[in-house]
Amino acid sequence: MAGLNMVMNDEAFKLVEAELQKLIEQVNGKVIFLVDKNGQMIASAGQTKGIDTTALASLTAGNIAATAGMAQLLGEKEFSILFHEGEKDNIHIALVGTRIILVTIFDSRSALGIVRLRVKKAVDSLGPIFEDIFKKSEKDKNSKQTSKSPFAEITEDDIEKLFG
Amino acid sequence: MSFINYSAREINCKIVYYGPGLCGKTTNLQFVYKKTDPDNKGKMISLATETERTLFFDFLPLSLGSIRGFKVRFHLYTVPGQVFYDASRKLILRGVDGVVFVADSQVERMEANIESLQNLQKNLAEHGFNLGTIPYVIQYNKRDLPNVIPLEELQKVLNPKGAPYFEAVAMTGTGVFETLKEIAKIWYIFFLFRTQSVILYLYAFPLFPGSSVGRAGGC
Repeated sequence: MAGLNMVMNDEAFKLVEAELQKLIEQVNGKVIFLVDKNGQMIASAGQTKGIDTTALASLTAGNIAATAGMAQLLGEKEFSILFHEGEKDNIHIALVGTRIILVTIFDSRSALGIVRLRVKKAVDSLGPIFEDIFKKSEKDKNSKQTSKSPFAEITEDDIEKLFG
Repeated sequence: MSFINYSAREINCKIVYYGPGLCGKTTNLQFVYKKTDPDNKGKMISLATETERTLFFDFLPLSLGSIRGFKVRFHLYTVPGQVFYDASRKLILRGVDGVVFVADSQVERMEANIESLQNLQKNLAEHGFNLGTIPYVIQYNKRDLPNVIPLEELQKVLNPKGAPYFEAVAMTGTGVFETLKEIAKIWYIFFLFRTQSVILYLYAFPLFPGSSVGRAGGC
């Protein structure tokens, strides 16, 4: 997987967002988001205002990575579900395929059993969407069509301007 | 592995600061955090021990602006430098887009620098990379101290292949943004030219006239 970029187009993004929206309604959750295992936020749904989703995404990926390390010490490949219970809010974390993490934050208005059930179904729906995204990214990489890249006409001035 | 979201018009890039314990990786991020416009930065997360040594990682998200209509977001990470946190370092290198190796210029830390650089090479190899196939910059930190190794010697030992390098004093900010800009530039170039042959070519010849990208540079 070295050097492979994940590219998400409008069509895939809409499919993913629709799945997240459906899930948040089904579980009556507060916030749902998808993160890649590198810690980058992919999409979210629910009451994200007031939550530092970027930091949460990074820490979630760190959490999954550390847990996978623990699993390997026990001879497991990885643990596919993590659950953190708080006084008010709970976090349910599930893997979608091998590279994506689905995070569901919910409170006492939801039940863990329902969350687990619905998340499992959502994972089944999201899995093929991401498989398709990765296949397309791999195909683009192999075809070396750099002309389509948003970086194709980049200049050093563009980069300098980023830093003010 | 950069993540490009065409729908949200966002590009995300993960840069990891690597180096031996107490070389100044966290200080680099703290300076960037201090000097960046509040509108452009997220919260800096530091998972540290009670003695302020990095336990798992430091994380700083930066949204510096847009290029060609795409919002560019850098995710800066440090690794724990202490030798026994190797498992954490391996995890943090997952999906890395670029590496800054922060070396401690003090004479007594040379062995730690070499050990850390070898550890970086070993851990990158596990992710399918090496220092020639990933955006890579060296920062020689703590150049203000009296007992530093001459630059030529550091270069000879730590940078025989001539990657871009900077002298720095992270405590005061000297060389900090220069290092960050350089790794950002190289990341763009690597991103654009994804084949290995072109990447190796770029190390020898700069893409932009007058640019330090693609050749060794100092501060």
